[in-house]
Amino acid sequence: MAEIRIEQVRKEFGKVVAVRDVSLTIPDREFIVLLGPSGCGKTTLLRCIAGLEQVDVGRVYFGDRDVTDLPVRQRRISMVFQSYAVFPHMTVFENIAFGLRMQHKSDAELKRRVQAAAELLHIEELLGRYPAQLSGGQRQRVAVARAIAYDADVLLMDEPLSNLDALLRLEMRAELKRLIEELKTTVVYVTHDQVEALSLGDRIAVMKGGALLQVDSPITVYDRPAAHFVGSFIGNPPMNFLTAEATAGGAAARVGDTTFPAPGRSGRSPTEPGKLWLGIRAENIEPRPEPAPGAIAGEVLVVEPLGSHNLITVQVGAERLKVNAHADSAFHSGQPIWLVLAADKIRWMDPGTGLALR
Amino acid sequence: MASRASAPLARRAGRSLVYLAAILVALYIMIPIYLVAVMAFSPRAVVYDYPKPLIPTQLSLETMSFFLNAYGILDSVKNSVLVAIFTLAISLAIGAPAGYALARYIFPGGDIYRILILSTRAFPVVILSIPLISTYINWGLDDTTLGVALLHTAMALPTTILVTSSVFVGVSKDLEEAAMTMGCTRAGAFRRVALPLALPGLAASAIFTFVLSWNEVFGAAILTVQNQTLPAKLIVQLNQSPIPFRFAGGFFILVPAIVFMLFVRRYLFSLWGVKLR
Repeated sequence: MAEIRIEQVRKEFGKVVAVRDVSLTIPDREFIVLLGPSGCGKTTLLRCIAGLEQVDVGRVYFGDRDVTDLPVRQRRISMVFQSYAVFPHMTVFENIAFGLRMQHKSDAELKRRVQAAAELLHIEELLGRYPAQLSGGQRQRVAVARAIAYDADVLLMDEPLSNLDALLRLEMRAELKRLIEELKTTVVYVTHDQVEALSLGDRIAVMKGGALLQVDSPITVYDRPAAHFVGSFIGNPPMNFLTAEATAGGAAARVGDTTFPAPGRSGRSPTEPGKLWLGIRAENIEPRPEPAPGAIAGEVLVVEPLGSHNLITVQVGAERLKVNAHADSAFHSGQPIWLVLAADKIRWMDPGTGLALR
Repeated sequence: MASRASAPLARRAGRSLVYLAAILVALYIMIPIYLVAVMAFSPRAVVYDYPKPLIPTQLSLETMSFFLNAYGILDSVKNSVLVAIFTLAISLAIGAPAGYALARYIFPGGDIYRILILSTRAFPVVILSIPLISTYINWGLDDTTLGVALLHTAMALPTTILVTSSVFVGVSKDLEEAAMTMGCTRAGAFRRVALPLALPGLAASAIFTFVLSWNEVFGAAILTVQNQTLPAKLIVQLNQSPIPFRFAGGFFILVPAIVFMLFVRRYLFSLWGVKLR
């Protein structure tokens, strides 16, 4: 149990900058998710925290301990690997006991803690088996049990669920969340799955190109993305972006014939004068079959019934939007449609930098 | 429907063809071995009989025991074993770490190194024989088991390095890293995790080297005079021996190779990444 403080960490592989001067403080007992597409540097950052990679520049602290120059074994971490990395030549019991043996626990305590970890993950019956006799899901449980069986300051998880099939992943996700709430330890969890990030994390750190774009609670990251990339990476469907024309010196913006109040000069000013992106999520758009004040006019392209709601693709000028409509709604393709945007849910972005304004 | 029904049939036919071919190849190799074995254990007079019966009527240890007691054969067997063991020890001591490095680390020139390793095999020993023997004489290594072992090591190293490297590639790096997160040093992680998992493959590579050394004739023949290894001895001696002794010698050099093959069979497959269950 410790706070993790990352200061200006940089890691390069040859000419590729995998982690670009990242600073991040993870409070004690927080569950933080590093989220990003493959190659964004999230796993490298995790391995820098673990000590499996040496940072080129910057420091890493666990609480008051500067662990930057410590080898992996002295950092007091535990880690779950994407491949599970369960030792094939040892029984499940020996796998879970491995960390405890390295800490020279007494036989009685070792047995007790292996048993406890196995019970937490419901694998007590498997203790005598070898990994080759286990299913993927069971191996995954062994990997987690092994990581929580011994004392560690932080728990690191590298895409632990990505090798499970969809149904098992869903089940394990909920179980993992319960487990980690019980453990009360600091967790850094790497994933490229935005749903996993939203459902698990106390906070989400969105990474791209080796840099942090946004570190916020899941709901903030979802509702108020700090960048165009965050909005389009998180959420299904991704956030809609419409090109808007800034008027009245940036205090307003126009999409088609509709004018919205814009952040103006209060925040950062856009790099391309006169152009803005209006970001809005599908569920924050109310579709109407007839004109309404302040609504944007468009045409229905496709209606996809999804059971809980209908997903409508709407053509507005040269752009397309995804809109959620009630499952009972009777829109059909080719029909004119008017979209009322929830004003407080609109995010304004600078098309030049891709970052949010205000 | 027709195609669906004929698919398993075609597969079964294909399988029988494969088995037929395998049986033919096996007979092609095993019939001569069988005949050599029969002759080696036949009384001298029978060896000259023609046609020979397929199933021997008379067996005797006479030729074999005379063969073993004459010629200093047992000494050369001892030499062969010593050379093979030295070769095995040295080539594993050098080759396994090199293979591990190739498997685990990306380093500048790694790919070129991989090819350069093989280039040592591009020199036929014949070309090297004169410089080699004069160097050996200068260093006092001529006519010694260690000298032959060094030559065999040079010949075995490329395979040892490449095979051990593929063995270690098969042991996921994650496993070692996982051991390190749980408190192992790098060496500890290797010893507790990578080594036990690599052991069957390493054993296979070792036996491979052993066989290579056991069978090698040319180098052993030019580097030794008194302390000849078994193949070198046999090549030199048997040309001047009566036919019964040639059979005895042939049998004697065949047997260890066959025993090795039986022993290694499982591991040979693991060398090529095929799992035999």
